Amino acid sequence: MLFKTIGRYFIFLGALFTNREKFKTYYKLVMEECVLIGIGSIFLVVLVSTFMGAVTTVQTAYNMVSPLIPDYVIAQVVREMTVLELAPTVIAIIYAGKVGSSMASGLGTMRITEQIDALEVMGINSISYLVLPKIVASMLMYPLLVIVAGVCSLVGGYLVGTLGNYITATDYVYGIRFVFQEFSVFFALIKSVVFAFLVSSISSYKGFYTRGGALEVGVASTQAVTSSVIAILIADYLLAQLLVGG
Amino acid sequence: MIEIKNISKSFNGKEVLQDISGTFHSGIPNLIIGASGTGKSVLLKCIVGLIKPDTGKVYYDGRNFTDADINLKTEIRREIGMLFQGGALFDSKTVEENVRFPLDILTGMSPQEKLDRVNFSLNRVGLENVNKKMPSELSGGMKKRVGIARAIVNNPKYLFCDEPNSGLDPQTAIRIDDLIGDLTEEYSMTTIVVTHDMNSVLGIGQNILFIYQGRKLWEGSNKDIMHSGVKDFDDFVFANKVMNQIREK
Repeated sequence: MLFKTIGRYFIFLGALFTNREKFKTYYKLVMEECVLIGIGSIFLVVLVSTFMGAVTTVQTAYNMVSPLIPDYVIAQVVREMTVLELAPTVIAIIYAGKVGSSMASGLGTMRITEQIDALEVMGINSISYLVLPKIVASMLMYPLLVIVAGVCSLVGGYLVGTLGNYITATDYVYGIRFVFQEFSVFFALIKSVVFAFLVSSISSYKGFYTRGGALEVGVASTQAVTSSVIAILIADYLLAQLLVGG
Repeated sequence: MIEIKNISKSFNGKEVLQDISGTFHSGIPNLIIGASGTGKSVLLKCIVGLIKPDTGKVYYDGRNFTDADINLKTEIRREIGMLFQGGALFDSKTVEENVRFPLDILTGMSPQEKLDRVNFSLNRVGLENVNKKMPSELSGGMKKRVGIARAIVNNPKYLFCDEPNSGLDPQTAIRIDDLIGDLTEEYSMTTIVVTHDMNSVLGIGQNILFIYQGRKLWEGSNKDIMHSGVKDFDDFVFANKVMNQIREK
């Protein structure tokens, strides 16, 4: 059953690139999806990432009991956690819950109300027409959201750290810059592109093959989030092993 | 003209269609009728290629659609207009965008040409000043008419209607039937209508194919339905009290 589903998923991905429409058609659709994904998610991303940075600062400061460890290490820990995991991975899970479920339910509703059949009857490759713009827009917008999340998380940590007297502003900025490796940001962006692809393609797949009625649309939406989260966690481990593992 | 030859289809071992053949002519409405659950919609989906039959072939003016490659299939599909049971209008688009959609995708018309064509189609189905409305603002009958306008906007050679008057009041249903009949004659389209509505059968049933438990049981026109001599067909036709009264008279 699992192998059948995976096989069907790859056939689904293959159909994205066959019998496509004109480039102009996709350009407009991709732009519309970018606006939906970007504008629709920015508030949640800013809110969650700011609090993530703030909480990480408080927790790290609370656990730094040894006077031998300098304060700037708090900021260094916040930076590493934010760039390597919190911004790309935790936000990806939230992204799956918001954007992934929306994609699955949108396509599921189109399926049960015969809108997808209507496209097929017109001779349009419905997978390519409906799903390709979502995947492209997702891969364009999610890395930008991750950058915003990273900045907000560091700002959140700074505000709570300095206003709560956990760390001075000078130490925080010093810690943020201390032994900084540019590759971490590059690594986070690679992860964000992979996660964006996984969330959008898996959610679209689940929505596209919905059968039944309104109840099944809800089920497809839930499955889309669950499968996306599992795929994100597996991909996170594999990428870590591949790119920074010993 | 559309021909179907020996169409069979099973789902999970249950035979839904068994060896159905028939010819659907251009210029007259062709009806596929039968009780609910007899396989009418499955047959229609096999004809338009939304479901692949297990056996049998579908020919569009002699072109083998079932075994066609993707290019021929796309070419034939672009000659098809279809009205779905629920209208299948795109929720996120206005009425004008819905009707214009096939023109946007399939033609290189200028914006003005498209708008003229959209307005012509909407007028043809009796709708005016609805261009900017969303599908959610329309009544059931209006949705069906917008669906028909979208189906005919690209001058299709083949028109398919799946239960065009289900859920409509009798007057609107008759109006929709008349519209389908008129358009079929006017544009010489090959039209196939799936229905179980006896008003449609009497009104526009010039060529009728009756499906019973997945098999073709009877074929004829609305003039022959009173004397079919087939018990299961008679049971279907005269289940309606009005039809019974007509027969008694």
